[in-house]
Amino acid sequence: MAKGLIEIKNVSVRYNGTPVLEDVNLTIADNEFLGIIGPNGGGKTTLLKVILGLVKPSRGTIRVLGKSPAGARKYIGYVPQHNLFDRRFPVNVMDVVMMGRLGSRGIISRYSTQDRELAEQALRTVGMFDFREHQIGELSGGEQQRVFIARALVSQPRILLLDEPTASVDPAVQTEFYELLDSLKERMAIVMVSHDVSAISVHVESIACLNQTLHYHGPKEISAEVLEKTYQCPVQLIAHGTVPHRVLKEH
Amino acid sequence: MPEILQFEFMRNALIVGLLASVACGIMGTYVVSKRIVFISGGIAHASFGGIGLGYLIGINPVLGALVFAVASALGMGFLTRRTTLPEDTTIGIIWAMGMALGVIFIGLAPGYAPDLFGYLFGNILTVPSSDLFLLVLLDLIIIGVVIALYKEFLAICFDEEFGTVVGLPVETLYLLLLTMIALTVVVLLRVVGMILVISLLTIPAALARQFTHNIRTMMLLAVLFGAVFTLGGLWLSYVLDIASGATIIILSGIAMLIYFVVSRIRRHYQADEYSSAG
Repeated sequence: MAKGLIEIKNVSVRYNGTPVLEDVNLTIADNEFLGIIGPNGGGKTTLLKVILGLVKPSRGTIRVLGKSPAGARKYIGYVPQHNLFDRRFPVNVMDVVMMGRLGSRGIISRYSTQDRELAEQALRTVGMFDFREHQIGELSGGEQQRVFIARALVSQPRILLLDEPTASVDPAVQTEFYELLDSLKERMAIVMVSHDVSAISVHVESIACLNQTLHYHGPKEISAEVLEKTYQCPVQLIAHGTVPHRVLKEH
Repeated sequence: MPEILQFEFMRNALIVGLLASVACGIMGTYVVSKRIVFISGGIAHASFGGIGLGYLIGINPVLGALVFAVASALGMGFLTRRTTLPEDTTIGIIWAMGMALGVIFIGLAPGYAPDLFGYLFGNILTVPSSDLFLLVLLDLIIIGVVIALYKEFLAICFDEEFGTVVGLPVETLYLLLLTMIALTVVVLLRVVGMILVISLLTIPAALARQFTHNIRTMMLLAVLFGAVFTLGGLWLSYVLDIASGATIIILSGIAMLIYFVVSRIRRHYQADEYSSAG
């Protein structure tokens, strides 16, 4: 494999002595669309935070674009787990998206016309331009998700990290959501984590399973057996037909 | 000039009321939006230690309160960030420690503490002209910092984690925000008193929130509401000859209540209209 955008080597993370990640190795290539699945508490969000440099591993190394994670942060667009903000917060869609420019603008200085144009462009990309004056909490889950993707896109990232992006989105909207991601993957690598096996649609090119340890499966199907090993319980591979699915077979 | 403004203390009260409205409208907007009402209450109460210290060492109690308010703001911010103590526990501890220190300082101070009641419950009519300069300065600092860091404060109030991801010094900004709240507490001290400061930090901004979802507009509206409440309350207290600080608060509370009752009735009426039309 070519030199990766993200290179994670032997990374272990412990919170107060409890291991959360154990000896994780992962290389993410340019323009790769990686889906990481695993149960809740399996360390998915922690892994994203390691990539962002928000959590320091107790062991191992991580390079993002050849730099330290904190140094490469401005090349990463991050879409956090959806339900962490106060829906009543007085801010409109445009101002939320502009926050994605904070890393490129210095502290104290004002946003420029260019920042505003980039934000408008990002809103058009995700199809939310007409909602720019709405208060963020007035939007549906799927619409909010799009706004947060626009906020991540506005810094023109090389890597897009999505934490449980489909958690609050109904299946009909998920299809549109994957089409959006599909249109983005020509411009950047995308890493998506989810506890929901059905979230991994046909558009996801490679898959990894994470439950403390990580198993990279690359661009191929994963079996029920592998999933069961990750979730440590029987997993039934069924989903509704509205979401295009990968056929999962033995390998 | 109306009769009420013939007295210097009335003119000072008016100016202090307006200065307080500006501070409470701006910072109250953050307090309400970021839901840090109880941290702010803690800062206000802990500043009592500074009032006591002022009496003990013979300096202006307002200056003492300023030092204690800023110190407790930084202390609370730091402890909630850097220790595993839950935020509300930290607030409770510093809140009580500040007040306890105040009680001890006042006990140690020789003689009797004049105007103590005014610091606790506000007495806008006793603000000396010499304090006005300090209050103007504090207002200017608050306005300047909020203008300079408008987009940063908005970002950390809305989503701290994202702020970290885009490389903002989130902790420093948060401590600075709490420090600005501490300055606001001092500005409001003479108007409604340390114990009741929280009313002006919450009611005008909470009412403003009902009319807008834009933080800038919310600040301006909150300043306007704050001015109406302080000046209206001041006038009412003059006419009825009752305590000014408490009157200001009761007036704000009643305005809030009226708003909710009216909007409830209106919604009910609109729903009726809708159902009869359908």
